[in-house]
Amino acid sequence: MGTGVDMTKEIKIGGFGGQGVILSGVIIGKAAALFDKKYSVQTQSYGPEARGGASKTEILISDEEITYPKVQSPDILVIMSHEALLKYHTNLKEEGTLIVDPDLVHVGVISDFINKNKIDVYEAQVTKLATEKIGLKIVANIVMVGVITKITKLISVNAAKKAIVNSVPKGTEDKNISAFELGYDIF
Amino acid sequence: MTKELFIQGNEACARGAIEAGCRFFGGYPITPSTEIAEYLSIALPKVSGSFIQMEDEISAIGSVIGASWSGVKSMTATSGPGFSLMQENVGFAMMSETPLVIVDVQRGSPSTGQPTMAGQGDVMQVRWGSHGDYEPIAISPSSVQEFFDFTVRGFNLSEKYRVPVVILADEVIGHMRERILLPDKIETFKRVQPNEDPKDFLPFKNVENGTNPMPAFGDGYNIHVTGLTHNELGYPTTINPKVHSNLVKRLVNKILKNREDIVSCDFKYCDDADVVLIGYGAPVRSIMETVKIGRSNGLKIGYLKINTTWPFPEDEIAKLAKNVDDLMVVEMNLGQMVHELERVARGDANVHLFSEIGGTLPKPKDILNRILDLI
Repeated sequence: MGTGVDMTKEIKIGGFGGQGVILSGVIIGKAAALFDKKYSVQTQSYGPEARGGASKTEILISDEEITYPKVQSPDILVIMSHEALLKYHTNLKEEGTLIVDPDLVHVGVISDFINKNKIDVYEAQVTKLATEKIGLKIVANIVMVGVITKITKLISVNAAKKAIVNSVPKGTEDKNISAFELGYDIF
Repeated sequence: MTKELFIQGNEACARGAIEAGCRFFGGYPITPSTEIAEYLSIALPKVSGSFIQMEDEISAIGSVIGASWSGVKSMTATSGPGFSLMQENVGFAMMSETPLVIVDVQRGSPSTGQPTMAGQGDVMQVRWGSHGDYEPIAISPSSVQEFFDFTVRGFNLSEKYRVPVVILADEVIGHMRERILLPDKIETFKRVQPNEDPKDFLPFKNVENGTNPMPAFGDGYNIHVTGLTHNELGYPTTINPKVHSNLVKRLVNKILKNREDIVSCDFKYCDDADVVLIGYGAPVRSIMETVKIGRSNGLKIGYLKINTTWPFPEDEIAKLAKNVDDLMVVEMNLGQMVHELERVARGDANVHLFSEIGGTLPKPKDILNRILDLI
C-alpha cells in the first residue's frame, strides 16, 4: 500500500545534549512555518540528563497541513555524534542525504549502507569551524543550520536568518548570523 | 491583528491560561510539564498575578484551591506522578465546588515511569482517581493550537460549573512545536458572584441548574468551605441521608445535565466508513494520517476525535456504533478508554483496541495493518 500521499520532507538531527541539536531544529521549523509560510512541525526527544545524553530533533516541512508529527523515514539525516549515526542511519530513505561532522562521526563504518542505498554524504566540520572561525564551539549547531539550508534548500536563506535572530539570546545575533554564513559557504 | 507564533504546546498552554484570566499558579515542576511553570513564573508577575513553587504536589493543589477561593482564576500543571499526589485534594475541590484547572502532561507510567516519553495512562485516574461519586471534566488537545484553545475553554468551563477541569495532554503535544494563531479576541467566562444581602445568601443552595454564585473570601459573605457533607449554608451535616444525597446528586448532575454544553468531538469521513478509528490527544495525529493514507488507497475508514474525554461522548458514540461495523480506539496505554467504548457501543459494533506503550506515538502503518486484518 502506497504512503506517498503528500510531499512532506522529513529531517532528523541527532547528537548529544548540550550541542544545541534541539535549537537547530526549532530554527529550521520556525523558518519554514513563520517566514517561508509553509507548514512545519518540530519534535524532540531527549533523556533525563541535562548534558551528555542522547538528543534528537525531528522536523517535518510541507506545503500541506501536517498530521503525523514524527519522522517515519528521514529524507535528510544530520548527525553530530557517532552514537546517533549508529542509532539512526538505518531508516534513512534510499537516495537520502546524510550530513555529518566528520570530527565527531566516522561514516566509514556504514559505507556498505551508504553504497547500497545510494546515500548522498556531506562532511561538514562544523564544530572545528565554529571554534576556529567564530571562537565559540557552542555555535556549531548554527553552522550546521547553514549547511542544511544550502544543501537541502528546504528553507530560504532569508527565513533561516530571521528565525535565528528570533531564537538566539539577545546580543548574540551577529555571532550566530556569522556562524550561519560560515556553514552556508562550506559547499 | 492575529499573532503567529511557532511555539511548544506547553508554552501555548501557559499563554492560553494568561489569556483566559488565570492569575495564580501553584505547582511543583515535573517533566514533561515544566515549561508551563517556567513560562508562567515569568509571565504572571507581569500581569499582577502570582506564581509559587510549593514543596510538593499535595501542597501545590492546596495552594490553588486557596487562591481560587480568594477570587482568582487559578491553576497548576503536573504529570502522572504529581497528579496521583493531588487526588485527595481533587476530591476536596469537587466537594467544595472550587473552580481550578489542572494540566496533566502525561508521560510513560505507572509510577515515575518514563519522564521524557509520552503516555496516556491517566485517563481513568482523571475519571476515578479520587474517592467517591463525581463527574470530572477533561479536555484533550491534539495540536499546539488546541493546547492554547482548550486551556482557555478549560478555565471557562471550570468557572461556569465550579469544578476542577483537567487539561489531559501528553508529552508529544506538550513538547511539539507548531505554528499557532493567537486570536485578538478571546471569550472568557467571568465567575458569577452573589449579589444578595450576605444575611440571606446560601452558598451551597440546592439549585436546579446545579451551580451557585461563588463569593470570595473577604467579600463580606460568611463562607465555610469543607469536604464534609454540608448543608446549603456550607456547614457539616454528615448524618442526614437526604442532605448527602441532595448534595452529591447536584454535584454530579450539574455536569451530566449540561453534557450538551460541555461534550465536544469531531467526526470525519464516518458516513460511509466500515471502520472508524477513535482517539484523543496525540494519537489523533496518527489516526488522521492513517485515514489519509487509507482513503487514498480506497479504504472506507473514518475517525472520531474526542475532545472532551470526560464527560464521555456517550450519545454520539452510541449513535455511531449503530452505523458502523468496527470501532477501533487508538490509545497509549494497555486499554483504558476501550472499556468505556465497549460499555457505550453495547454490542452494536465490534470494539477493537490498538494499544501502544513505550513512549512513542503509534505509527500510521501499524494502525493500517491492524485495519487490513479486520477488513
